[in-house]
Amino acid sequence: MSGVSRQLVFEKIAHLVLALIAAIAVAPVIGIIIFLFIKGGPALTPEFLTSMPTNGMKAGGIFPAIVGTLYLVLGTIVFAVPVGTLAAVYLTEYATQGRLTRYIRLAIANMAGVPSVVYGLFGLGLFVLLLQMGTSLLAGSLTLGLLVLPVVITAAEEALLAVPQSFRQASLALGATRWQTIRRVVLPNAIPGIITGTVLAVGRAAGETAAIMFTVAAFFLPTLPDSPFSQAMALPYHLYTISTQVPGMPEEIKWGTALVLLLLVLSFTLTAAVVRARFRRKRRW
Amino acid sequence: MRTAQKIKEVLIGKLILACGVLSIAVVVLIFVFLLRDAFSLFDSYPLIDFITGRNWYPISEPPVFGILPLVLGSLLVTAIAILLAIPLGVGTAIYIAEVAPGWLKEILKPLMEIVAAIPSVVLAFIGLTLLAPYLQGLLDLNTGLTALTGGIMLAFMALPTIVSIAEDAINAVPRSYREGSLAMGATRWQTTGRVVVPAAMSGISASVMLGIGRAIGETMVVLMVTGNAAVMPTSADSVLKPVRTLTGTIAQEMGEAVFNGPHYFALFAIGLVLFVITFAVNWIADLVLYRYREGE
Amino acid sequence: MVTAEAQKKVQLQEVNFYYGDFKALEDINLDIEANKVTALIGPSGCGKSTVLRLINRMHEVAGRTRVEGRVLLDSEDVYSPGMDVVGLRSRVGEIFQKPNPFPKTIYDNVAYGPRLQGRSSRDELDGIVERALRQAALWKEVQNKLKTSALELSGGQQQRLCIARTLAVEPEVILMDEPCSALDPVATQQIEDTMDSLKKDYTIIIVTHNMQQAARVSEYTGFMLIQETGEPGRLVEYGLTSKIFTMPDRKETENYITGRFG
Repeated sequence: MSGVSRQLVFEKIAHLVLALIAAIAVAPVIGIIIFLFIKGGPALTPEFLTSMPTNGMKAGGIFPAIVGTLYLVLGTIVFAVPVGTLAAVYLTEYATQGRLTRYIRLAIANMAGVPSVVYGLFGLGLFVLLLQMGTSLLAGSLTLGLLVLPVVITAAEEALLAVPQSFRQASLALGATRWQTIRRVVLPNAIPGIITGTVLAVGRAAGETAAIMFTVAAFFLPTLPDSPFSQAMALPYHLYTISTQVPGMPEEIKWGTALVLLLLVLSFTLTAAVVRARFRRKRRW
Repeated sequence: MRTAQKIKEVLIGKLILACGVLSIAVVVLIFVFLLRDAFSLFDSYPLIDFITGRNWYPISEPPVFGILPLVLGSLLVTAIAILLAIPLGVGTAIYIAEVAPGWLKEILKPLMEIVAAIPSVVLAFIGLTLLAPYLQGLLDLNTGLTALTGGIMLAFMALPTIVSIAEDAINAVPRSYREGSLAMGATRWQTTGRVVVPAAMSGISASVMLGIGRAIGETMVVLMVTGNAAVMPTSADSVLKPVRTLTGTIAQEMGEAVFNGPHYFALFAIGLVLFVITFAVNWIADLVLYRYREGE
Repeated sequence: MVTAEAQKKVQLQEVNFYYGDFKALEDINLDIEANKVTALIGPSGCGKSTVLRLINRMHEVAGRTRVEGRVLLDSEDVYSPGMDVVGLRSRVGEIFQKPNPFPKTIYDNVAYGPRLQGRSSRDELDGIVERALRQAALWKEVQNKLKTSALELSGGQQQRLCIARTLAVEPEVILMDEPCSALDPVATQQIEDTMDSLKKDYTIIIVTHNMQQAARVSEYTGFMLIQETGEPGRLVEYGLTSKIFTMPDRKETENYITGRFG
């Protein structure tokens, strides 16, 4: 066999090995999703989603955990989206590239890398104890808000940078102030990117466990939370407790809870992907 | 410009600046909080015993806070994870960037994004209910909750980070490198192996560093599937035995620790150790990435 | 002296200009007559556009720059500490090289400037929009589709929309930076006709690389040049267009014009 054809056979084998590796890498996710549907699907009844847990959580539904997670997510975005968007505005519109922006970017990269359990500690120390919010939706939302801030900032920054410089020039040349330019021209054109970041942040916050363990989550509550200072149940923490702390938990409820959490989070991720794709296709400048 | 408008403009500028520097403030504040509470421990408990102590008995009398078994537990689980994740992640990245046809990329990349999106507690649940019993049967173990189980799950979780950043690095290799190599009669595979991957090496290294950062900081998976036994993982079969990690310890014990007691402070001290480790890992990754962007 | 200066709408006096440490313009002296069209010509990179941006201070958007000398608008230094840049820019409008309408409706594009100034009554805005579009010779083409997106318009229409958008702010001076370089000959003709009708109310300064255009539209012409790359741009000659294009005083001007024009 000549050198060249041996090389080509070798190339074929190498590509095959890589394909195999990629298959091994993605196979588990397909398996996991199928398993969750098979095992958790039967539990997904309207009743399961809308009723309170009963009999020491071994029966009934997961309604309070769903409600708690939705409240938490809402609180998170109320805090993180305005702050994160304005931080991105600072980076793209106000800051001159220099040492400060370099430090800010480094800080954002590190915020993204801080383990969520450390956010939990921080939230406990600052919000729950020092600021005396107690274990509450408010403390949990603020903790999660900090946790997802890098996601919001990064997406908003990308969206702001995509707005053509010529729009800013045109507006300034018409006698607009910097803020008028940002509010009337730059931000409206960055909305889809900001929404993408928001939805991604929501997905992240909805699935987070370690950061809410000590700041908001309750093992079991007989009533729904009625104020920002209430404790609340939350889906991820609920899944953790029923799968590790409650002996004799029916399999179906555990799998059902896991499936609900997965579907909730993936629906946000999917929404973000769709918004981003449509935005990229529609953009015409 | 009217005065009112001028004032408004200045105030908004200040607000925006405040939001801009908030991220720095948060990182500093986290560090200060952890440091403050950690040093409350070191007032009464020697730092050297904390770091080098081989026993973690937080509720014995007197309590013993040696985090060496926890640090080694974290390192062991992370090492297993990264040994599995490097070949899988980098291989997948090369496959997606260099080999896979377009339609397949469009399937593989979203699948990786789904992996990244799955809540860690769901993956932990899968590890607990499917992988652990499976490994227990397969390897005939006393328990399926082992360092290996945690390492496998963490490898899976680190994959999306490694794949996406390594793929970006490979795609960033200038087309002229490839063309130069192909023009000299190299096959596609030779070009990939000898030109493209070496040129993307700093980005690939950064992806691995970020993957390590992700694995060390992950909590729910190790909490639920590694068995949480705070023993020194130094025997030959430690891989197949339960271990306890830094993150798992905080999550496990914070609920019971007495506020402002030594145990509480000790957990914050662990948080500090985690913060410093992940900060260093991410910082190095950032430096490597920064240099490779500069080099372009 | 004062009365003589009053007819000069814009004056540059001994202006040097730096981008960072790089000196981009040196010793520029230029008096722009009110209600006339003044053209700036010269090879690319000679600093023509920079001279424009000095007048509305748009160069400050780009980054670290420094100005020496004086730039006067109606005898008032636009770089004096008390100068309100936002107010300045509503007095000195700018039309850019590439049409840059906002991705808004035609109406909202034109109404953008007046709204910034706090005018919000529907009737008033309708009047301003119609007047500006008529002045820019675009009204007939768009009067029935004011609510459609500006991005639906052709390139030439977009540029006239940008002119209308600037006119709606009621500026005194209009700066045009190669306004036709992205347009076809028919659209260029329409823009030039528009300029001609605008000059009775406005002072227009146009930068162009097109000699014929400068000769067609302007009363006054300035010729700029850099000796070598790395050197600052200078104003070589300035005077009546008819004279510059037929009997320039300076050899460099003649070389450039005969090379490009004759």
